[in-house]
Amino acid sequence: MAWQWFHRLGSPRWFYQKSSAWLPWLGVASLLLLLIGCVWGLGFAPQDGKQGNSYRIIYIHVPAAFLALAGYYIMAICGAIGLIWKMKLSFVVMRAAAPIGAALTFISLFTGALWGKPTWGTYWVWDARITSMLILFFLYLGVMALSGAFSREQSGDKASALLALVGTVNIPIIYKSVDWWFTLHQPATLKLTQASTIDPSMFYPLITMIAGFYLFYAWVLTLHTRTMILQREWRTQWVRELLGQTAPGRP
Amino acid sequence: MEFQFSSFAEFLAMNGHGPYVWVSYLVAAVVMIALAVAPLVIRRRLRREVAQELRLEEARRRAARERAEESRGAVATQ
Repeated sequence: MAWQWFHRLGSPRWFYQKSSAWLPWLGVASLLLLLIGCVWGLGFAPQDGKQGNSYRIIYIHVPAAFLALAGYYIMAICGAIGLIWKMKLSFVVMRAAAPIGAALTFISLFTGALWGKPTWGTYWVWDARITSMLILFFLYLGVMALSGAFSREQSGDKASALLALVGTVNIPIIYKSVDWWFTLHQPATLKLTQASTIDPSMFYPLITMIAGFYLFYAWVLTLHTRTMILQREWRTQWVRELLGQTAPGRP
Repeated sequence: MEFQFSSFAEFLAMNGHGPYVWVSYLVAAVVMIALAVAPLVIRRRLRREVAQELRLEEARRRAARERAEESRGAVATQ
């Protein structure tokens, strides 16, 4: 009995019905935070003493990079849960997380390159942080490709979950790359255990954007998961009814 | 807290860093909008496919029913 909620969580139909209640709230809250954060960061936060206005890219770059990494954890953990407990919904979330993570990794690489040009004088350097982020991007693409490469859906689930798990070895390397190797990339300015080395007037818009990105991620992941559930379960009665087509009655 | 630029033109220029900043924000916005819209597009396509599949199934069922009635009629006339 105690495990009932856990089993129910594995039911795609249950998830689909529950998630429709919180979906609009997530969307509105994230768009609101992103809008406030953008206006604040672009217009009202002070200029950086060394980098001038180019530093304003931080309000996109850092939140996107945060979510690119957090999204990989989510994808890998969902893959592990799917492999261990054979939970159907878990694999669906894992598959849905891959393109979102790839898109966010792309945003962080692209904005990083544009930030690098006026700051370091180059769009790209093959240093530890940037190269390990590029590997993260390829890992996401690999999970996407592998999950679609099998005619049996379950084989694609298992293979891509394994790849996602093996790829987690890259995550601590990304985090620590700015400390372990000499690099152009500046070390982390936001720290959990000690005071952050960023002025409050720049920190508040940044934390607003990070919160907005987290909510955006949750919103988009839910949207993609729900759509993938419909794709996978389209033969069932409840999906057919939901898509506005009641299945014709048996003769 | 006040607006950091004295005019809108200066806000766009960002002391020469304008192109880098604005392209960053623009590309991020385009990618994120695409992420949010993709499920809608997929769902619309799925709806079409399911409707077509259901029509096919219905046609198949009707054909089977007609065949059954025909053979029953043939038996009755003999």
